[in-house]
Formats: sequence, C-alpha cells, structure tokens
Amino acid sequence: MTAATPTAPGWAAALGRRLAGGANSRWFPYLLVLPLVLVLWGFVVQPMFATFRESVSANGTDNYLQFLSSSGVARESLFTSLFISAASVLLCGVVGVAMAFLLKRFHFRGRRLIEAFILVPAALPPLIGAVSFQLLYSNIGIVPRGLQALLGTDKPVLAFDGIAGVLVVHTFTMYPFFYLAASAALAGMDPSVEEAAYNLGAGRVRVWRTVLLPMLTPALISASLLVFMTSLASYTAPLLFNVSQTMTMQIYINRTNGDLPMASAYASVLGIVSIIFLLAMRWYEGRRNYQSQSKGVSAVRREITNPIGRWLAPLASVLATLVLLAPVGAIALVAFSADRSWTTEVLPPTYTFENFVTIFTDPKAFQPILNSVQMSLIAVVGCVVIGVLIAYAVRRLTFVGRGLLDVAVMIAWALPGTVVAINLISAFSTGNAFSFGQVLVGTFWILPLAYFVRFLPIVFRSSSATLALIDPSLEDAARNLGASWLRAFYTITVRLMLPGVLAGALLAFVHGVGEFVASVLIYTSSTVPISVAINNRMYSFELGTAAAYGMLQVLLIFVVMWFSGRLESSRTATRRAEQWTN
Amino acid sequence: MIDVRLTAVSKRFAKSSDSAAVDDVTVTIGAGEFFTLLGPSGCGKTTTLRMVAGFYFPTSGHIHFGDDDVTHWTPNKRDTGMVFQNYALFPHMTVAQNVAYGLKVRRVSRADQARRVEEALAQVHLAGYGDRRIDALSGGQQQRVALARALVIRPRTMLLDEPLSNLDAKLREETRAEIRRIQRESGTTSIYVTHDQAEAMAMSDRIAVMESGRVQQVGTPHEVYYQPANAFVARFIGRSNVLSLPVTGAGEQRVQVRLPGGASIEVGAPAGHGLAEGDTALVSARPEHIALGGDDDTASLRGRVSHVEFTGMATHVTVDVDGDEVMAALVDAPAGMALGDVVGLRLVPERLWVVKP
Repeated sequence: MTAATPTAPGWAAALGRRLAGGANSRWFPYLLVLPLVLVLWGFVVQPMFATFRESVSANGTDNYLQFLSSSGVARESLFTSLFISAASVLLCGVVGVAMAFLLKRFHFRGRRLIEAFILVPAALPPLIGAVSFQLLYSNIGIVPRGLQALLGTDKPVLAFDGIAGVLVVHTFTMYPFFYLAASAALAGMDPSVEEAAYNLGAGRVRVWRTVLLPMLTPALISASLLVFMTSLASYTAPLLFNVSQTMTMQIYINRTNGDLPMASAYASVLGIVSIIFLLAMRWYEGRRNYQSQSKGVSAVRREITNPIGRWLAPLASVLATLVLLAPVGAIALVAFSADRSWTTEVLPPTYTFENFVTIFTDPKAFQPILNSVQMSLIAVVGCVVIGVLIAYAVRRLTFVGRGLLDVAVMIAWALPGTVVAINLISAFSTGNAFSFGQVLVGTFWILPLAYFVRFLPIVFRSSSATLALIDPSLEDAARNLGASWLRAFYTITVRLMLPGVLAGALLAFVHGVGEFVASVLIYTSSTVPISVAINNRMYSFELGTAAAYGMLQVLLIFVVMWFSGRLESSRTATRRAEQWTN
Repeated sequence: MIDVRLTAVSKRFAKSSDSAAVDDVTVTIGAGEFFTLLGPSGCGKTTTLRMVAGFYFPTSGHIHFGDDDVTHWTPNKRDTGMVFQNYALFPHMTVAQNVAYGLKVRRVSRADQARRVEEALAQVHLAGYGDRRIDALSGGQQQRVALARALVIRPRTMLLDEPLSNLDAKLREETRAEIRRIQRESGTTSIYVTHDQAEAMAMSDRIAVMESGRVQQVGTPHEVYYQPANAFVARFIGRSNVLSLPVTGAGEQRVQVRLPGGASIEVGAPAGHGLAEGDTALVSARPEHIALGGDDDTASLRGRVSHVEFTGMATHVTVDVDGDEVMAALVDAPAGMALGDVVGLRLVPERLWVVKP
C-alpha cells in the first residue's frame, strides 16, 4: 500500500487515492469551490482592481487629491452624497418607525389597507420609480400643479426640486428598510418584557425610553446602514431631479465626457465607502439582538378609543393608501396619454392606446423588450448555477476561506450599479483571461455580465436562506442509503432548495428587466434595454410611450411579487425588503 | 399586608364574544396568604392573574386591593410585583439594573437603591452577580433575578405566572421551596399561577381550581385532595377513580352506596349534596385508597388485571371491573401479578367522597 517511488504513475495513484474518498475527501470542497472562486475573482474583485489601475493611469494620484482639495467638484460631490444619505436615513427612520408602531401596535379601521400596499413604492424599478415621483411631486408634477390650479397661485405649490426631490424619492422608496426592521423587531420582542416595566411602575413614556427604544436599537442601526448604503448608490433620483454633484452622477458625467480615469476614481472611492458599510453591517449583525422565542401572550394591539381618532383613522388610512398607490397610478395614467400632448395642464389632456399598440407592433419599439428579456434570462441562468453552488459551499462545506467567499458575493451586492459598470468597463475594454481574451465592452455580452454580477447576490441569498432551513442530515441519510454525493445533492438538497432558488431567480429576472443604473453606462445601440429606452423616450418628450414601457415593467413586478409570495412565505421581513428595494 | 378581592369578575375577548375566558370569578385572597390558581391550560388562570396585574381590564366585576377598587387602574399604578413565566428580564440591562428598575421608577435615592438591590440579590442567593449580563446567567439564576426584581419594590402583592415551568425537575423543587421561604419571610400576599398540581399542593395556603373560566373549588390543599367538589377536581388533583354507584340511603354528610358486588358502604359527602335513595352518586376513590382484598370483604370490587406498572413505591394496576377501568396503587402487590389475573380490590370507605358531576 505504501507509495514506493515518486514516479508519474505513483503520483497519479496518490491523487487517485486522495480523491477516491469522493465528497468525503478533504480535497473535495476545494475542487468544488475553485471554479466559484475564479468566477467571483474574475467578475467581481479583479474588475475593482482594474478600475483602480485605470484611475491612476493618466495622472497618478491627482484624481484622488481632488477629493481633498477644498474647492473641487469631487469634494463637493462626496459631501453632497454623504449629506443626502444622512438625511435619507433620518427621514426614512422617522417615517418607517412611525409606520411600524402605528401598524403593529394599534388597531384601527383601514390598517390592513395600508399594510397591503406599504411596499408598493419601494418595489418599483429604479428608473420608473424616480420618474413616477417626478411626475407627481416635481415642479412639473401633478400634485404641485393641481394645488396651483386649486389655490390660484402663479407658481406650482409644494414642488420638490433638487436635493429635496431626491430626498422625497429616497424616503418613499427606502423607508421600508426601517419599517420592516422595526416591525420584525417589535414582533420578535417578548411582550412580557414591556409588561414587566409597566408592572414595576413605569409610565408609557418611560417604557418607551427605557425599554422599547433600547431594544429596537439593533434593528434601527442595521436599517440605518442599509439606507445609507442604498442612498449612496442612488443614481436615478439625482438624475431626474438634476442634482449633478453626487458621486454616482459624477461617474456618469465623467464617463460620458470620456474621462474614464476620473470616472474610475469616483467609482473606486464610492466602491470603498460601500464596502466599508457592508463590513460594518456584517460586523454589527453578528452581535446579539434582543429577539426572543418566548411563547405566551402575544403582543397586544391597542384599540384606538379616542373618538376623534376613531373618525380620523379610516380617513388617514385611505389618504395614506392613495399616496402609496399614487406612483403606480401616475405611471398608468401617463401610459395612456398621447405623446407630446401634455405640457402645462395638471393632468394629461388626451388619452389613447396608441403607446401600447406601438410597442407591440413596431419591431423597433419592441426590440428593447426582447433585449431585456433575453439578457436577463442569460444572466439569471448564470446566477442560479453559480449562486446555488456558492450557497451550498458557504453553508455546508468547511474549507479555508469560506468567509471570504461569502464576503465576495456580498461585495457584488454592496457595489452601486454605476460602480459595477465602471469596473466591467475597466476590466473588459481589453482582452482579459476571464473573457478568454475577448474585448467585451461594446458587445452584447457586457450587459448580461453586468446583470449577472449585480443579481448573483439575490439568488445566493434566497438559496442560502432556504438551505439554512434544510436539515443537513437529510443529505447524510441519502448518502447512507447509498446515493453518491452528486445524486444526494441533486435528488435531495437541490430538490428541497427549489422554491427558494426559484423565488430568487424570479426576483433576479425582474431586477434584470428593470435594470437601468449599470445599463445606461454600457449599453450599445443594438442592445438597448427597456429602462434605457424609457430614458431615451423621455429625452425626446415621448412621455406616454416611456410610461407605457414602465407600466409593463410594473405589471411584471406585481405578477412576480404575487407569485413568489405564494412560493415562499417563510422568508424574514428584512430580507424581503433588501430584495425588493433598489 | 392587604387582601385581594375579586368580585364577580368576568372577561370576554372581542374575538370570541360567545364564550368568556374568565366567567364570574369571586375569590378573596387573605392578607399574607399564598394563594394558587390551578388549572389546565386555557382555563383562564393566567387571564385572571393578568386582570389582577392590570394588563387586562375585566369585562364586568371588581377587583379590590384592600380598600382600593383597582379594577380600572393601569398596571404601573397597582404596585404589584410580577414574576413572568419567561422572566421578562430586560436584555439590555445588567442584573443590578434590572433589579433597580422599579426602584428608579419609584424615585428611591441612589444609595438606597444600591443597598436594596444588594439585599434583594442576597435574598435570592445571587450576591455579587449585579454586574453580570442577563444572557450570562443560567435559567435558574435568571429566574431568581426576576424574583428579586419583583421583591425589591416591596409590592403590595406578588403575582407569579408559572415561574418554574422553564426549569428542570430538580431545580423546580428547590426553587419552589425557596419561593415559599421568601414569601413567608416577607409576608407578602401572593397569587401563584400553575398547571402543576403537585407544585400547587406543595406551596399553597389555599388553591382555587379553575376550569373553562370558572372556579371549580377553593380550598386548602388537603380539602381539594380529600374532598374534591366535583369529578373534574377529583381527576385533576392527583388521580382518581370516579365510580357511579346507586344510592341506598342518605344522611346529612353521609351517603350509603351499593357496590357492584352487592354490599353497601357508607361514604363521606359534602353538606347539601341533595342525593336521595334511588339516585346515582359519583364517588371519588383515589388509587392509593384501594388495596388488594379478600372476596368476603364488604367493600370490594372484583375484576381482571388489564395493565401493570411497577414504579418502585407501589405497583399501579388497572383492573377491568365489569367494563369500567379502576386504577389502584398497591404497596403490597405480589411480584407475580400478571395480566388476566382475577383479583379482588378493597376500598377504604373513610377515604371515599361523593362528588358533583
């Protein structure tokens, strides 16, 4: 049995023995993980370094020094971005926590109505979401103009513009992070802890101050980090409300002006800040939270008994529901308006089906839909194959560097779309080992690749979450009954993971079809996706057609949302928010 | 020390308006008494306790603490010390901060706070644990912190909601003795909720047995055990055979019944039992009050052994008497007793008791 001489056949036999243990061999995890590592390195990590090289290629560190100079666009943009993010955290925190308390702690007429629609604004695709808020609340928006007509003033009333407009979009689309985190924390909180405080003589204010808020703190901090990161990555809101001095806008502007090194410098800085926030979030999530699994009396909803409150509550609920549905309503309304007909009126003056007819009959107008569907499908296939395997490796195998693999996927999630686009441009504008020496920029393949990188974490997360619920001993049982690792993996583990994987894949597909942020930086004239088509139509003032495209995206989202809601109801609330919000 | 009086207290929840969770409960808990609400889950005992604490308001009826009608007082005004089933310790505070919480609310001076917290922790054998985090304690220790937190405010009444149910069997027995010792020392009127009849018997001055929202019987452990008010109480407290026997004669607190073998025996009955010759009486016979006995004995039953369980202290035998199963706990069972054996069982008439249906 002992290997006598290190001859070639002997070496092969040794390797054969090493791997003869199959999945039990110590080497098996590495064999499985190696291709996954190569994919993540090649398409996520390595492009980041390429971007950094690009940023220092023309004039060394000069680009970075601009962030330090007191009177530069760079510094101004960084500060504006940070300011918008901080303000968004504050606004979303107030709105989200108030909503959570109101809906989870009080019982009033209309509560269920609000709960049903509370995630709608956040579920809109990034571009069409921002467009809808522009149509509603900007100085060309329906609400300010309506108030102007109503009050007879000579300017639109309560119009949001610039940074204020961006903050409106952020508040509406990101408050669910706080709402869901606070609701989950409230639901998970042991109600008897609150009761114990009352029992010991504390009044309502004191219980809030000394027990409820401290116990919500972990949830609120995670939500804050999430909102801050998402705001930092936000691109469509500044674009539509003309706030050009933010990090994301500067990346876009520099890229379109052909200054790729400067765009890369912005992308590097934004990427690093995002990764720091990601690591902060992971570090914080590892700490304890205050949820408990105690049974017994469930949290009490307080009935509103005040007579004024009783009258006001249903009224306010209906109003809140209208506000929640207004973005979708605005898009739907405009989708049926004739192109170029709406100028200064409160609502579009003429209505038609023409926009939809054009989209479905004119091959040129239909092409973006074909493009988006095709590219998203390709990306989703990649996401499923790689995402499921990474989830399996991270959850089930032990190997050196498991944590790094996990972090690498999450970096893809943390990086803003604009940064992903710049990274891919930097890495694949020349031939590269990971593109088999091909130039990808300017070809069809760059967009599916971008979608793959951006939405891999979605499939990974939902696969990983399902896998966490599957008892590992099921696979062991299959192996015990004689199945090979591969057979056990496919017939047991993959089979049980299917609902979670499918939900993740659907979500990734929807995000792909709605993608705008990365697409707008790297699309070619033959691969225009839907969102870019919407943007182009808006520029040529074909609002109706733009909204019609948007309506199709929204419909797809609602169908998928409904379907995956049926598919998997056990997912945790926060995770749902992270998946649905952009 | 104050007494706690519940007068015709009922609670209906909005969702199930047809049936009351607590139905017309009237009990008086004496000053300094250790009083237990005992019953199976869903019997309304916890709801009753939560009404005393103020977490629910009764749909009708009144609750008095001494001379105060506290029926609609909010929980924080009632000055009760509650120990929750899951302890409900504040996870973001240390042990000492938890115990001091009620003192802070009551604006006790800082020095007094520290002293009283120290005393309370010593009383539950946790001196020196003040700076620990809650999650660094074992279940038993957490339980004692919860006790200290309730004790330290010197509440008018202590309310204990199944405080031992999350402990293991050995710890449970130690802790129940400890709780009773502390209660005797402080003399605080205490209401204890449990579904464990052994716990209730061991600890209580008096027990209220509850079922379906109603109080079935209030009495000392001795009374509820030996003189159960009805078949439910007889079966819930310990184990009992409830035999249906024809009445052959009735007295003030005695009733004569005829056994299947034909002999008549005289058994105890509550005053005002209302039975007369010709009625059928329900007679509770505890397994330990049944022994192996000769056929000639007047108080005997005959049947076939259908189940045998040896527990060490006794042999639990189930005997099929004309289709009725009768359980007996025999201390003198022969080692060779086997299924199918025909045996005679002798009842101890002075321990039998007539119960209501």
